[in-house]
Amino acid sequence: MSKHHIEAKVNGDPVEFLCETEDTLLDVLRDTLSLTGSKEGCSSGDCGACSVILDGRLVCSCLVLGCEVGGRSVETIEGMAKGETLHPLQKRFLEAAALQCGICTPGFLVASRALLEKTTNPTEHEVRYWLAGNLCRCTGYDKIVTAVMDTAAAMRKG
Amino acid sequence: MAETNGHSQANGQHVVGTRTVRPDGVDKVTGRARFGADFNLPGQLIGRVLRSPHPHARIVSIDTSKAEALPGVKAVITRADFADQPSEFIPAGEMMMNYKDVVRNVLAREKVLYEGHAVAAVAATSTAIARRALKLIEVKYETLPHVIDVVEAMRPDAPLLHDDLFTVGVEPKPERPSNIAKRVEIKQGDVEAGFKTADIIVEREFKTAPVHQGYIEPHAALATFSEDGSTELWTTTQGHYIVRAHCARLLGLDIGKVRVTATEIGGGFGGKTVVYLEPLAIALSRKAKRPVKMVMSREEVFKASGPTSGATVRVKLGATKSGKFVAAFAELKYQAGAFQGSPVQPGTMCAYAPYDIEHVHVIGYDVVSNRPKVAAYRAPGAPISEYAVESVVDEIAKKLDIDPIDLRMQNAAHEGTKAAYGPKFGPIGLEETLNAIRKTEHWNAPLRKWQGRGVASGFWFNIGGETCVSLTVNEDGTVSLMAGTPDIGGLRASLAAVAADELGVPYDKVRPIIGDTGSLGFNFLTGGSRSAFSGSMAIVEAAKQIKADLCARAGKLWEAKPDQVEFSEGHVRPLGALAEKVKPMSVADFAKVAGKTGGPIGGVGRINAQGAGPSFGTHLVDLEVDPETGRTTILRYTVAQDAGRALHPAYVEGQYQGGAVQGIGWALNEEYVYGADGKLQNAGFLDYRMPVASDVPMIDAILVEVANPKHPYGVRGVGETPIVPPLGAIANAMEAATGIRFTELPMSPPKVLKALKDKGLSKV
Repeated sequence: MSKHHIEAKVNGDPVEFLCETEDTLLDVLRDTLSLTGSKEGCSSGDCGACSVILDGRLVCSCLVLGCEVGGRSVETIEGMAKGETLHPLQKRFLEAAALQCGICTPGFLVASRALLEKTTNPTEHEVRYWLAGNLCRCTGYDKIVTAVMDTAAAMRKG
Repeated sequence: MAETNGHSQANGQHVVGTRTVRPDGVDKVTGRARFGADFNLPGQLIGRVLRSPHPHARIVSIDTSKAEALPGVKAVITRADFADQPSEFIPAGEMMMNYKDVVRNVLAREKVLYEGHAVAAVAATSTAIARRALKLIEVKYETLPHVIDVVEAMRPDAPLLHDDLFTVGVEPKPERPSNIAKRVEIKQGDVEAGFKTADIIVEREFKTAPVHQGYIEPHAALATFSEDGSTELWTTTQGHYIVRAHCARLLGLDIGKVRVTATEIGGGFGGKTVVYLEPLAIALSRKAKRPVKMVMSREEVFKASGPTSGATVRVKLGATKSGKFVAAFAELKYQAGAFQGSPVQPGTMCAYAPYDIEHVHVIGYDVVSNRPKVAAYRAPGAPISEYAVESVVDEIAKKLDIDPIDLRMQNAAHEGTKAAYGPKFGPIGLEETLNAIRKTEHWNAPLRKWQGRGVASGFWFNIGGETCVSLTVNEDGTVSLMAGTPDIGGLRASLAAVAADELGVPYDKVRPIIGDTGSLGFNFLTGGSRSAFSGSMAIVEAAKQIKADLCARAGKLWEAKPDQVEFSEGHVRPLGALAEKVKPMSVADFAKVAGKTGGPIGGVGRINAQGAGPSFGTHLVDLEVDPETGRTTILRYTVAQDAGRALHPAYVEGQYQGGAVQGIGWALNEEYVYGADGKLQNAGFLDYRMPVASDVPMIDAILVEVANPKHPYGVRGVGETPIVPPLGAIANAMEAATGIRFTELPMSPPKVLKALKDKGLSKV
């Protein structure tokens, strides 16, 4: 069977690629488009390391097929910083030591950004449940949750 | 030259002890950092592993001809591609390993010993072709009875995994082989006599389930083998020098021809101290003459890597009415998995290490069964035995009506205590952690019905070992720092801070990297809580060379005698009358004139770090049990642990917090679930339920600092101790909440609900 020809937008740029039917969006991002910032921890949607925003919605890219994203817009960790300016979440994660090994960090950042785009006033409870789809084995989540809360507070102040 | 005294910046301030932004941080928040699976080479093939569907079977034959004939398949390897290895034990982290077993674990030889045991591997031009090729490999098995449980495996009539395994450490030597690889013991005083002086004796048996390290990044390796025998390997590992040694040994290569680069590593916790894919990737590349990339699936990670032991532990502890521990006994039976080498030895040594007890006797058994071979997991062996002991300590406190912190304080090991496992402790911080917990507001906060509070202490040895780092002063005065122990949780930040203070250069002018095996001398792995401890010691050594060299250069430039110059606060300074004639020179000043004053400036610290200081911790937890579901919610958690000196406080706190949450998972939910068929039923993150953000509260971290006198900055290792106390602390809190002493981990909802029902406490 021949490959599918897909045109989409990734981090604002037009992309086109060929993919097999069974290729996930994560396979396409990592192997075809060389965007390896999204990580594969489980390929079953349980760890969230591959989190991306698809048409404004937070998804696990391992649970989306590459041929599903035709005509749609994908935002990955690689598109989070604008030029040399880190997103406030990226900056705060660094300052707050909200990462240790860093493998889950792209997924947490993408997911946290999706949360703060919905609300800049989340409770700790909301942050913890929003991020419950992202596994981190190093930090115990304390500094991640704190960093997200602190970023939200700073964004509220403007 | 005066003795160098440069532990600070030019302004007298210190970087060490501050919360700097990690030098490798930006790449990790932008997705640029390259982890194991992020490396690719032109022309690379994809390697996949064929794994055993049986828990125990003899391999009658392996026919790879159909797979080899499939277009796109470039190499197939089996046991025939690896020479057998003689039995020889070598240290691996805090555990021992044997190449005879390693070669069999990497690819099964006579038998498969667990579901998921690697049998063959292929390299093909695509993942799809590699998968198809695996299906074409015909393996004839003669299935054998299997044994999963550790106690069942010890029975004389249990299915035998290795017919050449005779228990070591028993007299007389057994006549028949068994699944008991080893009996170990530690003894101090006379426990029988000790128990006679006890007013109260508590004896209980505990059971713990095997748990996986649970790193989010699966194992991954990329290898390329050249016709001249030189090999390059990129792999996610805690020790690339160790990987090099293992691969060279298993494949008959010269160590000097194997260059291993440790990629960024997505968590290890001990599980990435051994080889799985690496020798297969090299062997496939050697056969295919092309680079080969291999990445494990999560299912493979669960079935064929890690975990740590499940165990059965019997504890007997005697105390006087006033609470003095007088005699302690324990018997530990640890699962090793398919090959010998559980962490039962450290388990025996740690069991009673937090306490000053005259009479101690601990016996341990290392037992094989049809499970994946265990790997190290954060303080290997200690959480299991210390959980059992801390549970019994709590019970004694209740029975004697003594406050559990007072009881621990009364018996706590301190400077001068002779540990039952051998040494006399130097300055240690157990009492300080108990005091720190007692002083928290948490300790006295009110609790409601179905809520309980528990406390437990924990100990881990920590190690030093072979370490090599380099410091290079560049032409512009910036400093390149190279270390050879993979950085998993902020090592580069800690080492850069030490280098900055030693040389008096700004923190952001020090650039630390992890060098490959061709760039530095041998480094033992990142494990044993050694990397910041040993690495900072080696940095001090390298900086000392640089400072001595700069003083010598200044002596020549200034025509001064050695006692007329000294290095302090980032400068070589003229002393006495000379100070009127010449100005101090900074490291950057020397960098500009390096060529004219003797050439490149740098130092190499090559040490075998000694004097690792044990770290003690005490944890405090509040939890609530739901009597309708048996679910336990952790409400509040405080960790106090002795860091010696926290080089980077935020990353030390991170170790405490992360270890505590791993311990929460171990205590409440995580376990390997096997069916009667000997197959793992929960090989995925959905069913192997690790804690997520909504499962846990904030983890308050208290840094206790009782300096380790054997380290130039007072550092102790901190990474492992945090996972030791949670199991006991949570079990003790469960008892406080329900009145039930749970003696089996995990205390998962079905188990808790059943216990509540049995006691008539749940109406469901």
